[in-house]
Amino acid sequence: MAENWSLVKRKKALQLRARILRGIRQFFVEKGYLEVETPHRIPTPAPESHIDAMPSGTWFLQTSPELCMKRMMAAGYEKIFQICRCWREKERGSLHLPEFCLLEWYRAGGDYHSLMEECEGLIRFVAEAIGLGEELVFRGHEVDLSEPWERISVNEAFGRYSKTSMTKALEQQFFDEVMVQEIEPNLGIEKPMFIYDYPAQRGALARLKREDPTVAERFELYIGGLELANGFSELIDPAEQRERFRIENRNRQFSGKPTYSMPEKFLTELGGMPPSSGIALGVDRLVMVLLDVGTIDEVVAFTPEEL
Amino acid sequence: MYTASDLRKGLKVIIDNEPYIVTAFEFSKPGKGQALYRTKLRNMITGLTIDRTFREGDTFEPASLEERAMQFLYKEGDQYHFMDNESYEQIVINEESLSDAKDFLIENLNVEVLLFRERAIGVELPNFVNLRVMKTEPWVRGDTSKADFKPATLETGYVLRVPPFIEEGELITVDTRTGEFSKRVKE
Repeated sequence: MAENWSLVKRKKALQLRARILRGIRQFFVEKGYLEVETPHRIPTPAPESHIDAMPSGTWFLQTSPELCMKRMMAAGYEKIFQICRCWREKERGSLHLPEFCLLEWYRAGGDYHSLMEECEGLIRFVAEAIGLGEELVFRGHEVDLSEPWERISVNEAFGRYSKTSMTKALEQQFFDEVMVQEIEPNLGIEKPMFIYDYPAQRGALARLKREDPTVAERFELYIGGLELANGFSELIDPAEQRERFRIENRNRQFSGKPTYSMPEKFLTELGGMPPSSGIALGVDRLVMVLLDVGTIDEVVAFTPEEL
Repeated sequence: MYTASDLRKGLKVIIDNEPYIVTAFEFSKPGKGQALYRTKLRNMITGLTIDRTFREGDTFEPASLEERAMQFLYKEGDQYHFMDNESYEQIVINEESLSDAKDFLIENLNVEVLLFRERAIGVELPNFVNLRVMKTEPWVRGDTSKADFKPATLETGYVLRVPPFIEEGELITVDTRTGEFSKRVKE
């Protein structure tokens, strides 16, 4: 009998995980994307109010491959994807691992709505690749994967699922609480759901909407109440980006967190980036959804506690 | 002093001057938002459970409970009898206060009884306890259609998932923190 029973138990999940990874790669290769690899260890992460990087010597482990991948976009790589490990300090729960697997992709041209379509196509492709049909079951919900998936603005979601309006929740600084307790459990129950147009201050690297600059062109994908992906139309104005980072760093300072240096090379090159959209999808969570398991521990070989 | 990131199942904290134990814990972080720590907390005196959500900067006083080494003697209805290993004094704790610990209490088990202002309000179990399997389906060797695990009922009445090769009458080690099968005991 094997000593490590919990690892024995995960064999089926890990075999399916490998098939899901193959499916993702096949989808992007067929669409003409270039698979890229950028360094895990970087001199400075993008300053964001609530994302904490793990130090590695005098540098940091990446919290996402965003900065390096955008520098590649600015250098003329027009369609790129990457599957990589990312690290975020103190994030641990049944849906979080401090080291996790992220799929991130960028493409020149097209805005966040066209990216939602591509995301839809990817997950449908992968579901089919592992033998699921037009429906999946997750957390007891039968989720219909047929097109088109639902889209709702953040403002509408507050109106539909909460007694508090988005404006009021922001004013009283209860946006996150309302989101987690009242709204998220309702998202993506019958069909996967994109929730879009987040308050401007919740998208440090996203482009603001021309018609309504109080919101950013940013979206999240939910299936069965679980947040799977975050995408947006990219902010490509270096001066505005610098100012946003400055504000994010100021927020960090206010809440007693360490601030991060300006990613100067990124800011210098950003001006050369064509209008683009990009998205990050949690691979571990996608595996959870496709396999209908309740915790992230069940879809990885080892959790940090098991090392 | 604890901060919100110390919260986990089983942590004991003081809230409004009363001791609470975290019975359920969920870390949430809506995209680009702040970390939220959603908990269910059981009042260790009244047994009532409340829901509370905390933010990263929130802090807590640890519930410093007195721990006394005692042995579990026997159960009578919903009353569980323990004996103090030093004074031989006997005390009774009711099932409600024991919560999940009752699933792992076998006679003569050494535990730490928790006292708050001289009153017994719960027990602290060893991390691993050996329990006998009273009921489980037999294993058909070579049958690959079966799942990777099967249910088994232990001597305390507790039901858990075990590997298919575990047979009735065997002794197994259970992790009392998770309530999950840990390993087979070689007798």
